[in-house]
Amino acid sequence: MVVPSAVSGPQGRERAERVLRTVMDPEIPVLSLHDLGVIRSLEVDGNRVRVGVTPTYSGCPATEVIRGALVAALRAGGFDAVEVFDVLRPAWSSADLTPEGRATLESYGIAPPQEPVHSTRALAGGGSPRRCPRCHGTDVECLSEFGSTPCKALYRCRGCHEPFDYFKCL
Amino acid sequence: MSAALPDAERARYVLRLADTSLVVAQQLGACIGHAPALEEDLGLANIALDLLGQGRLLLTYAGELEGRGRDEVALAFLREPGEFVNLSLAEQPNGDFAQTLMRQLLLDAWQIELFEALERSADARLAAIAAKAVKETRYHLRYSGGWVVRLGDGTDESHARVQLALERLWPYTAELFDADALEEAVAAAALGPHPAALAPGWRARVQEVLAQATLTLPAPASFRWYGKRGEHNEHLGHLLAEMQILQRTYPGARW
Repeated sequence: MVVPSAVSGPQGRERAERVLRTVMDPEIPVLSLHDLGVIRSLEVDGNRVRVGVTPTYSGCPATEVIRGALVAALRAGGFDAVEVFDVLRPAWSSADLTPEGRATLESYGIAPPQEPVHSTRALAGGGSPRRCPRCHGTDVECLSEFGSTPCKALYRCRGCHEPFDYFKCL
Repeated sequence: MSAALPDAERARYVLRLADTSLVVAQQLGACIGHAPALEEDLGLANIALDLLGQGRLLLTYAGELEGRGRDEVALAFLREPGEFVNLSLAEQPNGDFAQTLMRQLLLDAWQIELFEALERSADARLAAIAAKAVKETRYHLRYSGGWVVRLGDGTDESHARVQLALERLWPYTAELFDADALEEAVAAAALGPHPAALAPGWRARVQEVLAQATLTLPAPASFRWYGKRGEHNEHLGHLLAEMQILQRTYPGARW
């Protein structure tokens, strides 16, 4: 088999990185896995690649879909030995989202996480959205601590009266 | 630090933690479609999902340590009730919404203390699982604690129901802090906390919520029941029958 020349050496790594920026989160299809911050390691050796991925939440059903999507995209990108493995530590944190990822979330209608620190008091902490992602109003209220996926809470803007998702701090 | 614990003993300990998460996940999963509002359905489902994820990581690890070729599927679906080693508190029935949320509060507060301690475990894999799980569990406690406050400090009816739930469940909390030989050995090997060491932190978290909820702490009871040693009442059998039927009817089924 002919190995595409772009795959070896530093270009190979660049190429793998470029592929990782095109693989989207299955639940938030505008957010790449790179911007989500779940890629923990990347090793490229010729057309062999190993990617370490950390789950956002222990039970997130997207984890297995993400694994499959990564393998498919890297194979399509010219790598024929692709290995994707789990990395548990350091655990994923909402602070791992890139600045571009945060901006993408807001323009998609999901308020990005605020306040990276957790209070250890029982009923405090967790952060709350800075503003409504639609009208940018700051008068918002929490409707439910848990939204459509484990990583989100459900809020409502008292200005435009629209409900919206908030990507929680973790 | 004393001698390392044999893998078989370590597997038994990890299995206890796994079974508690798994059994609670199944209990909360059974609430879906029955919660008083859609938001609570979502809340309970998301907590169930986190617990299932934690349970899967722990079961997989327990299977590897055991070294008998059992994976998470074999351990979850092909063991008999007497082989489960979850806390008795975890298998107490959902009851009404007050009982479901009170059980959750008592377990969430315990899991936070447990996982915070396990983050320092000499077992790197266990420490990594705990570091992930503790962040999720803080949200669980925020949810269960918030509901216990609302119910306790709510109407006469909701107050009475959640107080009753507390009194029914309280006797099962003694097991959380009573160490047996396995847990003594785990603590001696610095693999996990001594159960008694978790009690002060747990009590502080629970009391903070109960005080806000205007609930009265029950008197200590002499009652003891040890699910973690495989002692179960009829509730676990019913729960497992529903959870395991598909895998037992169609062995090896995948989708």
